[in-house]
Amino acid sequence: MSMSSADGQARLLARRGPSKLARREAIEGYLFVLPAILGFFIWVAGPMVASVAISLSRWDLFTPPVWVGAANYAKLGPDPLFSKSLVNTAFYTFVGVPLHLIVALLAAMLLNVKVYGISIYRTAFYVPSIVPVVANTLLWLWILQPEFGLANAVIDLVGLPRQTWLHDPVLAKPVFIVMSLWSLGTQMVIFLAGLQGIPETLYEAAAIDGAGRITRFQSVTLPLLSPVVFFNLVIAIIGSFQVFAVAFIATQGGPNDETLFYVLYVFRHGFEFFNMGYAAALAWVLFAIVLVFTLIQFAMSRSWVYYESYLKR
Amino acid sequence: MAELALSRKEQAAGRTGWRPRASRLVWYVPLTLWGAVLLVPLYWLIASSLKERGQVFVVPPIWIPDPIVWENYPRAFSVLPFGMFLRNSLTIVVLNLIGVLLTSSMAAFGFSRMRFPLRNLWFALIISTMMLPGVVTLIPTFIVFKSLNWVNTFLPLIVPTFFGGGAFNIFLFRQFFLTIPYEMDEAARIDGASSFRVYWQIILPLSGPVLASVGIFNVVWNWNDFLHPLIYLHGEERLTVAVGLRLFQGMYWQDWSLMMAASTVMLLPMLVLFFVAQRYFVQGVTVTGFGGR
Repeated sequence: MSMSSADGQARLLARRGPSKLARREAIEGYLFVLPAILGFFIWVAGPMVASVAISLSRWDLFTPPVWVGAANYAKLGPDPLFSKSLVNTAFYTFVGVPLHLIVALLAAMLLNVKVYGISIYRTAFYVPSIVPVVANTLLWLWILQPEFGLANAVIDLVGLPRQTWLHDPVLAKPVFIVMSLWSLGTQMVIFLAGLQGIPETLYEAAAIDGAGRITRFQSVTLPLLSPVVFFNLVIAIIGSFQVFAVAFIATQGGPNDETLFYVLYVFRHGFEFFNMGYAAALAWVLFAIVLVFTLIQFAMSRSWVYYESYLKR
Repeated sequence: MAELALSRKEQAAGRTGWRPRASRLVWYVPLTLWGAVLLVPLYWLIASSLKERGQVFVVPPIWIPDPIVWENYPRAFSVLPFGMFLRNSLTIVVLNLIGVLLTSSMAAFGFSRMRFPLRNLWFALIISTMMLPGVVTLIPTFIVFKSLNWVNTFLPLIVPTFFGGGAFNIFLFRQFFLTIPYEMDEAARIDGASSFRVYWQIILPLSGPVLASVGIFNVVWNWNDFLHPLIYLHGEERLTVAVGLRLFQGMYWQDWSLMMAASTVMLLPMLVLFFVAQRYFVQGVTVTGFGGR
């Protein structure tokens, strides 16, 4: 490397012009980003291309792959579990995500109140989100245990009929959604950061104009928070479409396939039945769905997300 | 940047005579109620782990374990090789940490402080993978590792991290590096420092906060990761805590105090990390939008 003295380098610069230095910088620059570029090809671009080919073949990994064209995709339509897993995942996403975001926003607003000891409350609200997903799921399995679990003990106290929770085909999915509300720390903290970024002067101005609590929320908080809401929404939907571990541990997709979520179904075909072709086709369909929803959200965001570049600093 | 602790703005308000007004006290009611509801499951986790077997299956449930039995913890370590699971998880976590801190900061250095052709194109390509659902690459990557005979080794869980360490982390490092004045680099270069020395001796030492955020985020993610160890690790001697806990579930599915003890052991390091480095912990969450799952 250029360990020569400074004036040596300057002389070099004067003699040959900047092009040699520029070339050197280009080579060094590429060396810095080389692992990342290689990673892009080895772990993303390459697998994606391979995945197209795999999805067009039948392959159990033990015998050589057989080219079957679009047969795997043609199988999707008549496959009842494909549509079932899609419906389950859609329910979990389109009921769960809005609920999750609303509750997280409420929590963030509550935690943005200026009272003594608020940071202790913030910690308390966040701590459940630290519990690793496996531990989290086992804990909820125990809470929801039909005979000796805490949930039915509470139900007894209130005097309602006991439930079987995750064993109940109707309740299972809503229970998963409620479980997810326990760990809302991530979204909550992002909302809290957003709320703290709203200048106090805007609220004061609105109050002087006679705006009440609700008007202030509608015309100051919501518009200024909309980029954060949008961010949370996009990330939450991508994540929610890929829900896996909770259902894999708690229900294995049961009862009656009511909690057979999409990635669980991909996993079954890929790693239990070794239908690599069909699993790859399933994965591509999920990719298409997530992409479409992300694009729709970006398109729709123009009408409701408010970017106030002139207000910031 | 939001923190769970009071933000600077709030502290300033506190110093200038900001006092809790009586009307504000009413907020303590929802705060306390909601907070209590959130903490009950956590209490239940720990209380159950300290219960005698006879106190677990009781209606109505016993709230305070009496006597407090620590025995479930050593039992968790003896009925299954839980110590080995911990060691496996730790190995994967530490090696990933090295991979991610090294290669994503290098890439970010290249993308923010070096000029080379097609730089922005490469950066855009890599960043675009942030939106990619991981499921799409799961099957082909598995096939690659299987053909390399890497299944049931730690390699599939470690090696990819050494190739850029993930788009999000590159993005985070780059955002931070952009805030460091370029005069620092120029001064060092005039003194004859190579690009690598600028990166290693100027930029990295100034990057403590982002190293901490990315590092903690990565530790949490790998500690919690369930899907990848599930796919790649099969032998009991290779399992991480996350997938090992599932063995408990399969074999001791009625032994709830044992499972709660094992779950608490899995939670404990994360809890310690959270309380020791809360600031960076939360910062990582705010900037990445992910809570490690």
